Amino acid sequence: MSFLHNDVPLAWYLVLSAVLFSLGVVGFLIKRNIITMFMSIELMLNAVNLSFVAFAYQWHEVKGQIVVFFVMMVAAAEAAVGLAIIIAVFRVRATLAVDRINLMKL
Amino acid sequence: MRSIRHSPVRQATMHLILFFLFAGFCLAGAINLLLQTHPINSALSLIVVMTSLAVLYLLLGAEFLAIAQIIVYAGAVMVLFTFVVMLLNAGREERTLGSRAAIPIGFPAVVALLAILATIILRAQGLASAHLGAGLSNDPNGSNLVVLSQVLFHGLLLPFELTSVLVLVAILGAVAIARADAAKVDGAERTAEK
Repeated sequence: MSFLHNDVPLAWYLVLSAVLFSLGVVGFLIKRNIITMFMSIELMLNAVNLSFVAFAYQWHEVKGQIVVFFVMMVAAAEAAVGLAIIIAVFRVRATLAVDRINLMKL
Repeated sequence: MRSIRHSPVRQATMHLILFFLFAGFCLAGAINLLLQTHPINSALSLIVVMTSLAVLYLLLGAEFLAIAQIIVYAGAVMVLFTFVVMLLNAGREERTLGSRAAIPIGFPAVVALLAILATIILRAQGLASAHLGAGLSNDPNGSNLVVLSQVLFHGLLLPFELTSVLVLVAILGAVAIARADAAKVDGAERTAEK
């Protein structure tokens, strides 16, 4: 069990981040509920944040963590506006299924 | 931090255990988010993902971001999500075939994306390995928070203040969007009364 005596390679954090991002993309593709699709977007944002933190660790640069801080603030603003839009759409269409919100579909 | 480090080997094992435990929680939460059909279950699994990510930030020496992750994401944003799910009384998701392009184009694209990313990451030279307790600064008593606040409140003060304006505008916009329809309904009721 020699690998137990090593530190965790940073590449594993980055691979975890890539896997989480891909799961977010898959969720955005297969989910049909508008709120769950929005949650998948948040999952992708979180995955990218993890890779920013890992690279900040790699280069001993605080700016990577600052970027994550700004991403968090923008994501909070985005969540507020996005959920307000979802509420407005639900009032008009009375559904959350994206298949039924198809006014602009060809 | 560094003065209490007794055995690097034991600490590395601890780091491995913590990494695998919380990376496992992350992946399990993300997969559960995809598998659940009810939005409230998906929201709860997303909270699991975000809280485990906070622990991973701690392992990478980003204490402030770990706390901010719990307060902002797992707290504020997810409360908004669960609030909207319950407000709209969102039911179980209907299983449809989904978008026509998703299955033939989307899934191979995602698999290719993941394969490319993993190949690039695993082949990259010079990536460090993470020690427990090593933060941004090599100073053993230096906190990550001091470095971060010096940059944030000195060099990047203007973007920081602009973010507060952004959040304020977003809140006002959210209120305006969610209310706009109510005003119309109110107007429609008044015309109906006439």
